[in-house]
Amino acid sequence: MYNLLIGGAAGQGIDTTAAVLEKLLQRSGYHVLTVRDFMSRVRGGHNFSLLRFGSEKVWSHSNRLDGIVALDDETVELHKSELKESGFILCDAKLATQDARAIKIDMDKMAKELGNPRVSGSIAVGTLLRLFGEPLQNVREVLALFVKEQYIDINVKAVEEGYALSEPRHEHLQGGATSQMLISGSKAVALGAVAAGLRVYSAYPMSPSTAVLEAVADCADEAGVVVEQAEDEIAAINMAIGASYAGARAMTGTSGGGFSLMVEALGLSGIAEIPLVVIDVQRPGPATGLPTRTEQSDLKFVISASQGEFPRMVIALRDHEDAFYQTMRAFDLAEKYQIPVILLSDQYLGDATATVPRFDASKIKVSQPATSYDGEGEYLRYRYTESGVSPRLVPGKTGHVVVIDSDEHDESGHITESAEVRVKMADKRMRKLEGLRAELQEPEFAGPQQFETLLVGFGSTKGPLFEAVELLNEKQPGGFAALCFGDVYPLPQKTLVELAGKAKRLINVEQNATGQLAGLIREETGIVFDASILKYDGRQISGEEIADRIWKGELK
Amino acid sequence: MSTNSFCTYETAWCPGCGNFVILDCLKEALEQLGKDPSQVLVAAGIGQAAKTPQYIGANAFCGLHGRSLPAAVAAKIANEKLTVVVDTGDGDSYGEGGNHFLHNIRRNVDITHFVHDNQIYGLTKGQASPTSVLGLVTGVQTDGNFNEPLNPALVAIAAGAGFVARGFTGHKEQLIELMKRAINYNGYALLDILQPCVSFNKINTFGWYNKRVYELDAAYDAGDKLAAMQKSMEFGDTIPLGVLYEEPKKTFHQKNAVLKQGTPLLDRMTDPAVLDHLIESYC
Repeated sequence: MYNLLIGGAAGQGIDTTAAVLEKLLQRSGYHVLTVRDFMSRVRGGHNFSLLRFGSEKVWSHSNRLDGIVALDDETVELHKSELKESGFILCDAKLATQDARAIKIDMDKMAKELGNPRVSGSIAVGTLLRLFGEPLQNVREVLALFVKEQYIDINVKAVEEGYALSEPRHEHLQGGATSQMLISGSKAVALGAVAAGLRVYSAYPMSPSTAVLEAVADCADEAGVVVEQAEDEIAAINMAIGASYAGARAMTGTSGGGFSLMVEALGLSGIAEIPLVVIDVQRPGPATGLPTRTEQSDLKFVISASQGEFPRMVIALRDHEDAFYQTMRAFDLAEKYQIPVILLSDQYLGDATATVPRFDASKIKVSQPATSYDGEGEYLRYRYTESGVSPRLVPGKTGHVVVIDSDEHDESGHITESAEVRVKMADKRMRKLEGLRAELQEPEFAGPQQFETLLVGFGSTKGPLFEAVELLNEKQPGGFAALCFGDVYPLPQKTLVELAGKAKRLINVEQNATGQLAGLIREETGIVFDASILKYDGRQISGEEIADRIWKGELK
Repeated sequence: MSTNSFCTYETAWCPGCGNFVILDCLKEALEQLGKDPSQVLVAAGIGQAAKTPQYIGANAFCGLHGRSLPAAVAAKIANEKLTVVVDTGDGDSYGEGGNHFLHNIRRNVDITHFVHDNQIYGLTKGQASPTSVLGLVTGVQTDGNFNEPLNPALVAIAAGAGFVARGFTGHKEQLIELMKRAINYNGYALLDILQPCVSFNKINTFGWYNKRVYELDAAYDAGDKLAAMQKSMEFGDTIPLGVLYEEPKKTFHQKNAVLKQGTPLLDRMTDPAVLDHLIESYC
């Protein structure tokens, strides 16, 4: 596997260069993972993309670089210590660096001579392909995805000129993966929602969740989805609830700050039993925090957000496949149990692009609301049932009226203050948890059946955890295993209890400062962790970093 | 059992409250328009006026305080065949829901917004509302309200609403006609309804309103925006009732690329071929 860093100031074209390169590599059959590290600004500063590719699945990013593409001197200074001795720094001739590993090319001058200074990124792409021994293939098709038609020729020429400038110096890897998609986590969420029959997506822009909003908007007209940018997150969630009540599958998305504004309405979905899917693409808080960076610190917040008690489901997205399939499943569970389902993503997963096997929407069936009422007697929206799930009709689709209320209500949906009805209705709602618990998916496991240390995490640390297990067991075979939760609330306990019983040492690995998952597990099961690896600097932990911290004993 | 007409329920309102008149008028307007209760959605937030949807026998969405507008417009977006009426109070509409009030005027979804404007908070027992007059003494505004009252009609016209009217519970026949016109208007329609609060508002009593209001006559041109803004500012010794401003405007449904195709949104399915094409675009 090779690790490349493409860095520079915001606005210098890092994203496009990385996007063209990763697409070419995907088309050549490689497994690719590109993670994006950027500042909350439009121009200037220091941003970079870390691109990893190889013949096997890429679990995690790596900071042990084989190459740096530096668009400015700051990139060289900040990252040259991460560059292997055999690595290279590809940069423009004008950069000041005297590093022996630098390959200086007069890209800007060449681009001007080609007729457009903006094609220097394509020159770099050509040079990179040659350095890794890649043939020149698919270039025109891939460039056509990113540049306007009139600029394709000049960019193809730029790639070819860059290619001609260097010689292969890294061993050529074999691709071979077919039928792969290359997609970001947030775009996969959008596709999953569309596949589930999304009809209304209402949201207020907030990094890093805006990528979901934009991805839905991008296909909305074609897919028959109404996307509305709400005046605030309160409107966004109330719109989603109103649309869902009226029979259109609806979703909203935000990050922690916006979720804070949505909290009261989350309870409305709970008490009024209106299906709702909300995605929280987490970033470090509190308040504005680090807007463009990553964290997993909203877990305890979302499992308890809103006053009162009501059943809810929280699913942490672990990877790009989860982003698609679990989003579809969220719509199914929301409809089936008439509850809010919260998807927890984060900036790392949301903005990272990865190759995944082609999505197959037929794997997930999504429940529908009832189209008629054939029960005995009057139609009652909140009829007491054994499962706690009452018949949900859509207003206007039958002759029955559908009355919902944020106040406590009787079976017909009308406001009540009866102590007896209150208890019966609260019990009815909470009974839905029994059915939900039976559907919980156990956490994913990686490692040998016999192990000493069990690493436990949730959501997007899956890749890093699984890579760490491989790295750790290379040195100490049979020493390590990992468990990564997707369904996180209600907490599935079977596998955890079984494996925790076998483990000599339990370590939780989380992107937060307080070990929120460990706290939840302790509360729900009594299992206490022996040590923690916690990271809350806004940057995702890598498999290598987890392994290093364990070897160095840097545990809490 | 299907519902065939708008029902009667026991209410939680004070005897003599203007809410009774508004409820009666709303039922009457819907009946006169030949609406089937199963095809009508009445939405509200929280408050005394906001209990109206509970008492009418149509589909009802009793949501959160201040948040009925976004829920109601989204219900209309989901199913354009529903007649959607938001019927709630001045605190719900202009206070807690102020931001939604402004932005749903911009959105112009074809819904009707009836505001029970009694210039006081009733359910919380008598604090100032956004439309309370200067000097109103309450348990919170102990030195008298010194914040400028909001003029909802003026704000709505300025924000670009296509239908803005003012009614009064003392003019029942006119109120029913105004409600019918508002419901029939294609787009967001605001009807601000003056009503006394017999329990808490001792200034703006029935008599106070009754001696000030007058009905706009046929000579009044509701199509002149500047004149309408001027007319809506007349709120003192005299208060005009009627349609202050009316202008045909393109609705959200006429502007949105998906909705303007005509199929109610909830009846649409994701086309598997479209999904396949979207997935393919990432391959």
